[in-house]
Amino acid sequence: MNDIVFKGIDTPNLRQLAVYEANGGYAAVRKALKDIKPDELIEMVKQSGLRGRGGAGFPTGMKWSFVPKVSAEPKYVVVNADESEPGTFKDRELMEKNPHQLLEGIILAAWAIGSHKSFIYIRGEFAHIAKILEAAALEAEARGYLGKNIFGSGFDLDLVIHRGAGAYICGEETALLDSLEGFRGQPRLKPPFPAVKGLYGGPTIVNNVETLSFVPFIVNEGPAAFRKFGTEKSPGTKIFSVSGPVKKPGNYELPLGTPLRKLLEEICGGMLGGHELLAVIPGGSSVPVWNKDYLDVPLDFESVAAKGSLLGSGGVIVMSSKTSMVAATLNLTRFYRHESCGKCTPCREGTYWMEKVLGRIHRGLGMPGDLELLLDLCSTLEGRSFCALGDAAAMPVRSSILMFRDEYEARIREAAGGKTPETAGSR
Amino acid sequence: MALEFKPAVVDECRKIISRYPQPRSAVLPLLYVAQREFGYVPKEAEALVADLLELPPADVAGVVSFYTMFHRQPVGKYVVQVCRTLSCAIMGGDNLADHLQKKLGIGPGETTPDGKFTLKWVECLASCGTAPVVQINDDYHENLTIQELDRLLDSLR
Repeated sequence: MNDIVFKGIDTPNLRQLAVYEANGGYAAVRKALKDIKPDELIEMVKQSGLRGRGGAGFPTGMKWSFVPKVSAEPKYVVVNADESEPGTFKDRELMEKNPHQLLEGIILAAWAIGSHKSFIYIRGEFAHIAKILEAAALEAEARGYLGKNIFGSGFDLDLVIHRGAGAYICGEETALLDSLEGFRGQPRLKPPFPAVKGLYGGPTIVNNVETLSFVPFIVNEGPAAFRKFGTEKSPGTKIFSVSGPVKKPGNYELPLGTPLRKLLEEICGGMLGGHELLAVIPGGSSVPVWNKDYLDVPLDFESVAAKGSLLGSGGVIVMSSKTSMVAATLNLTRFYRHESCGKCTPCREGTYWMEKVLGRIHRGLGMPGDLELLLDLCSTLEGRSFCALGDAAAMPVRSSILMFRDEYEARIREAAGGKTPETAGSR
Repeated sequence: MALEFKPAVVDECRKIISRYPQPRSAVLPLLYVAQREFGYVPKEAEALVADLLELPPADVAGVVSFYTMFHRQPVGKYVVQVCRTLSCAIMGGDNLADHLQKKLGIGPGETTPDGKFTLKWVECLASCGTAPVVQINDDYHENLTIQELDRLLDSLR
């Protein structure tokens, strides 16, 4: 456990450059700027098989290779530190405890694609973490590790830490870019993808905090060392954020492919007293929920997808028999309704109606046909918006009806058997 | 008297703008400056920011209204933000929310008559493993029980 990005994470004062450096920090940048050509660096990341840790799992090296070598417009590295996916709290710990590891990853990414300007887009609520990053960046700049002529290599990189202001949608990479440009954060139609036409129209890579934090290790130890962990198609380790009524919730860095059972029963110590496992959302709220029959699924991109869910951000939300699945699904649906940016009609209106229908089922006013109506609404949302928020909103609804249909039906039957069924549709 | 930024604040804003390839990118940072200076972002402050960025005020208003962290009305000295999303809800966040409404005698979006507390419901703050969380101004308070929350509120003056 904690083999790569969390290695030594609790070293006292690791935030300080001197401590980070004493523990091997900035060796990767020194080495790369001196001895590794940008193309070779991209090739190394490709070889490692590193896949984006923000949710989509896209191969990082391939993303970098899409950036044109020659560009009339400046190129940019943008860090997605807008960690807002319900159930996910890993980037936060990486930035709070080891900001220089991220800075090192940024410098390496910028070197690889030939960028001289970089932004960390951090969610507005993380005011205290923005200060930690500012302090780290100032320290790095004072030592000549950032800014002009890094390590005397002639390579320049300016870094700006930019706070968002409260909007889940800005974690979507093109909405993030719009927000960073000073607009309302709404997704753009793709293609063109940011690697070709991103920030201010220039070629841009947008990478998650955890993703970039892996790059120094890959440079120092080589792609093969990274591949010692994980599976063939999902190499390396990944941070899993576990929340809900388990004995030891928290962040754990584990090899991809670790079975869910091991994570929950061994590492998290099992359920809290009085709680019995009911359901697990394995990859942040935007992925399908499982019932307790899925504990033996290995947590890697392929295995989780083969069992009908997604590895997503690695945010593992555990629910117990004390949780109503109708209430839990309503909770998430309210979240997506609130966070829909309003650009695409299916998402804007669909999340609104799903919340309405789930709300009446929850309040004991559900009607026969409501589950079909909800599933129909899911079909209207799926694949019909610019970005993935619409799909994300449909997944918890469709999957929880699939897995826990009995609870929904019982709730609707109770309503129909009640004294005032005729008022059921009036709210 | 018309609302204005102090000269030192104008300098601070210009310095922020200079960090970006295009001035418009500085709209969120400048709105944070305005909120720090005035306690909230009144219409006139939107105009000040628009002026500095050479944007139509309506553009700035459009940005302000999109994000949840800018207050368009005056708020209390302490903005108490309760996370309502799933992991917190499972671990007792809803109980904290109910308790706060009773204790403060106000609903979400409201401010106590003495101007001390504003109550807000917010979505996931990335404290799921240390749920439930309440954010008061910039500070996170995690793993909260009702008793701890009471002690915390009583300690705020």
